[in-house]
Amino acid sequence: MPDEVKLNDMDSLNWVGTRPARPDGVDKVTGKARFGADLSLPGMLHGRVLRSPHAHAILKSIDTSKAEALPGVKAVVTRDDFNDMPSEFVPAGEMMVNYRDIVRNVMAREKVLYDGHAVAAVAATSASIARKALKLIEVDYEVLPHVIDVEEAMKPEAPLLHDDLFTVGVEPAPKKPSNIAKVVEFKLGDVEKGFGEADIIVERTFNTAPVHQGYIEPHACVASVNADGLAELWVTTQGHYVVRGHCARMLGMDISKLKVTASEIGGGFGGKTVVYLEPVALALSNKSGAPVKMVMSREEVFRASGPTSGARVYVKVGAKSDGTITAGHCELKYQAGAFQGSPVQPGAMCAFAPYDLENVDVIGYDVVSNRPKVAAYRAPGAPISEFGVECVIDEIAKKIGMDPLDIRMKNAAKEGTQAAYGPKFGPIGMISSLEQAKAHDHYSAPLGENQGRGVASGFWFNIGGETCVTMNVNEDGTVALLTGTPDIGGSRASLSMMAAEELGIDVDKVRPMIADTASLPYTFLTGGSRATFAGTTAIIHASKDAIDKMRARAAQFWDVSIDEVVWENGEARPASTNVGDFDPLSIEDIAKLANSTGGPISGRAEINVQGAGPSIGTHIVDVEVDKETGRVEILRYTVLQDAGKAVHPSYVEGQFQGGAVQGIGWALNEEYIYDDNGRLENAGFLDYRIPVASDVPMIDTVIVEVPNPVHPYGVRGVGETPIVPPMAAINAAIEQATGIRFTELPMSPPKVLKALDEAAASGGDD
Amino acid sequence: MQEMRFEAPETLDAAVALLTNAEGEARVLAGGTDLLVQLRAEIIEPALVVDIKRIPEMLAITQASDGGFKIGAAVPCQALGENMALKAAWPGVVEGAELIGSTQIQGRASMGGNLCNASPAADSVPGMVAAGATVTIIGPDGEREIPVQDLPAGPGMTTLTKGEVVAFINLPSPAPNSADAYLRFIPRTEMDIAVVGAGVAVTIDDVGVCTAARVSLGAVGERVLLVDECAAALIGTPIDDAALDNLAAAASAATRPIDDKRGTKEYRTRVAGVLARRASIIARDRVGAK
Repeated sequence: MPDEVKLNDMDSLNWVGTRPARPDGVDKVTGKARFGADLSLPGMLHGRVLRSPHAHAILKSIDTSKAEALPGVKAVVTRDDFNDMPSEFVPAGEMMVNYRDIVRNVMAREKVLYDGHAVAAVAATSASIARKALKLIEVDYEVLPHVIDVEEAMKPEAPLLHDDLFTVGVEPAPKKPSNIAKVVEFKLGDVEKGFGEADIIVERTFNTAPVHQGYIEPHACVASVNADGLAELWVTTQGHYVVRGHCARMLGMDISKLKVTASEIGGGFGGKTVVYLEPVALALSNKSGAPVKMVMSREEVFRASGPTSGARVYVKVGAKSDGTITAGHCELKYQAGAFQGSPVQPGAMCAFAPYDLENVDVIGYDVVSNRPKVAAYRAPGAPISEFGVECVIDEIAKKIGMDPLDIRMKNAAKEGTQAAYGPKFGPIGMISSLEQAKAHDHYSAPLGENQGRGVASGFWFNIGGETCVTMNVNEDGTVALLTGTPDIGGSRASLSMMAAEELGIDVDKVRPMIADTASLPYTFLTGGSRATFAGTTAIIHASKDAIDKMRARAAQFWDVSIDEVVWENGEARPASTNVGDFDPLSIEDIAKLANSTGGPISGRAEINVQGAGPSIGTHIVDVEVDKETGRVEILRYTVLQDAGKAVHPSYVEGQFQGGAVQGIGWALNEEYIYDDNGRLENAGFLDYRIPVASDVPMIDTVIVEVPNPVHPYGVRGVGETPIVPPMAAINAAIEQATGIRFTELPMSPPKVLKALDEAAASGGDD
Repeated sequence: MQEMRFEAPETLDAAVALLTNAEGEARVLAGGTDLLVQLRAEIIEPALVVDIKRIPEMLAITQASDGGFKIGAAVPCQALGENMALKAAWPGVVEGAELIGSTQIQGRASMGGNLCNASPAADSVPGMVAAGATVTIIGPDGEREIPVQDLPAGPGMTTLTKGEVVAFINLPSPAPNSADAYLRFIPRTEMDIAVVGAGVAVTIDDVGVCTAARVSLGAVGERVLLVDECAAALIGTPIDDAALDNLAAAASAATRPIDDKRGTKEYRTRVAGVLARRASIIARDRVGAK
């Protein structure tokens, strides 16, 4: 843990905490912003992917000769065009990926493992020729039995996806392969003792559906490889340095030979932290000698890119009659998709993290099945485990007659709490968010017939990581700000504001840009709610670097020592009247003097940012249930979450609202529907039902500010936590409206109506 | 490689000639809100597409002296909603048409296209069926008129023969003291496809007794159903709770739905009754408000 820093004086801020217009706004509202599919190059070819119609099959042979013979086809690639790679895990956002698996996910090798798995790809002079060419590729499949459901996949007799997958984390190590890749466990205290002290124990098993990130922009890229091996890649991604690393590795290139430029990005939510098309486009370009553009259709996005896990979650919580939780136990079975690496570990770590508990035991299983490989999705793993725990805590509160906010308050994690997953917390916002929820007028507003109110809290760690910034002082004293984290949620605005704040200049004088991979050292991706936290930390360092250089130039000009020059309000000034009677030099003045004092000036920072503070939030939701159709309407919604310090409050609020809306979709309608052959039936936004604008009310927000002590302005990441509480909050609200505790997501109209009818038939209160 | 031919004739006769003489699969393009999606998804690969939006009478709404309406098959739904006389006469028909897609889609989508796409879940169709609408079909052998419910043959299939095109939708003048209504169920609030739809048209006499009724159900069979048993449950009653209970039971009994990704058999059966009931109440109250 890095040292605490002295907090800035928050009363004298010029930019931090204000709401200037975003620098990328005009491009976006006028349609000029260039996204992944918007680049075209001379002589460019169009690439398309042939995908498996089978959920599980041996790839016996692939004959591409007829496709290659079609006029207009310039290259065809299959598994034979990619080298096999050894098993090695590398970080991808908050998840880990394995090169052995990436190479197989990008292009199937021995077997296809899910409906939509890539089998071959074609580059042709037009998209329609490429499409025709795919139909000419002859693939001989030997179809195998498949398994979709997580518990089915765990059975000893289940169809085996990988005959070299032996469960890690159990003693003794198994001698037979299975679909269980890993078992993890986090323990604190003695749960048996804890349950023994409980006056009430509630245990429930929940099912959650896998849900897609649902970004509006499909995966897209343009690759261009020259005969000399120099290559460029334009791509919509959350991390172009990470893409560069994966692609260079897979294609056997020196990193210096591949320059990756991040396009504007139309949403990622974790799903654009891995590679799908990019290595294929590079391979097609390498083979054809021409640039190749590849764009996924929406159907391909659903069939072949990562959702987050669906899971089975068993939760058992014991409490005393005064609400004190004495023990918490959780068993998590997460679907990883076709390759290992579900977010079960962070899920297990977060399960009870909002609470100060003495006795905790969480066990997690990472299970493969014949579905697309999961990718990170906003607080990966946490919404699933915390959904189960929050539902059970709500049930305990109702059973002992305690207010659901009060029971959380009684058990809330606070500064000094020992988390089951390891650390002792610094200052965190659980209690503040609960207090503000309790005091909010939403919490005491009257409810009508068939209406209910629910609350839930949520926790996410947040991360820092490798972050580089260059701040070029232009010859007129304006600033070009280069950062390496693609801007998904308004980070260019926040980062410019921090630069303006530190330098003491107008935010309009700072022009932020996302640098390509050749222009800044390695910068980790936008994920883990890190872009603003880590980016502003790096900017504070870079600003200090620039200011020190400018102080030195002023000192040189005045012929005094640098210690005799201070930087105040964007100007170099003599430190005291003893130094001499010099007029202050503004950044503009110093820029004009730059050449006569040694040359151009920049500030730089290349750091591995540490000390991300967790963010905790509490949500309040009101629903109305149509008891004749089972439809749940969200009437009112309030998010109260700790941001540490909101740099640009509008974009903090936007994160709160976006997370809540995605959570509403997760709670009510989103699911993958497979037919008996393991084919995905709802691969489109028509039948994969994310909320539309009219489905949700205005999401009200309250920014709670408990400063992160290791950031000079107290900033915490905020982007992921808001997707954690909605499912449990809505579950609790439906329970209040109907008297029924649902244990399966989504709580869609057919399920709700069926439960209501069954309750009525069994003499329930309806 | 086969190229797709695109034609945009300016007369009905020219459209019929193109369709009659087409080699291979020919498709009619009105708003294109279904056709273009099917083309992009490679569900269809027609040799010929005939755009009918350059044919003036296909884009016109005309009201006859008896009060009935003749609506060109390519009239966009947005234009239906802006025709006050039509909206006053057949509010249920218009509200069904206005549920298709989004505001942007409304500027293109037409009732003619919605009907000829032959989806059992088409939102504009139950309202037309309840209203007793007919379609005028023009083909190589001349003109014929059939009830709206007889045009779809099953999901994605129509009773049109080669060269035929739906030219007009004809809505009668509503009887005095009549009103209609359409309701659909979707899990979201818009941009979705009906899991169940119900169209109801009723006539109520001076003492409040229902003298005529037509009830149709969407998305609960291979095509939109006109359910006489539902009408019978309302006729002769004040459309009170007892009548509505009978109607709901008749609606549920008339369904022959499938289990699919949009809804279960059980759910559709149950909700068909709920929606028929709710739409009947709206239609009844609309008469009362006149």
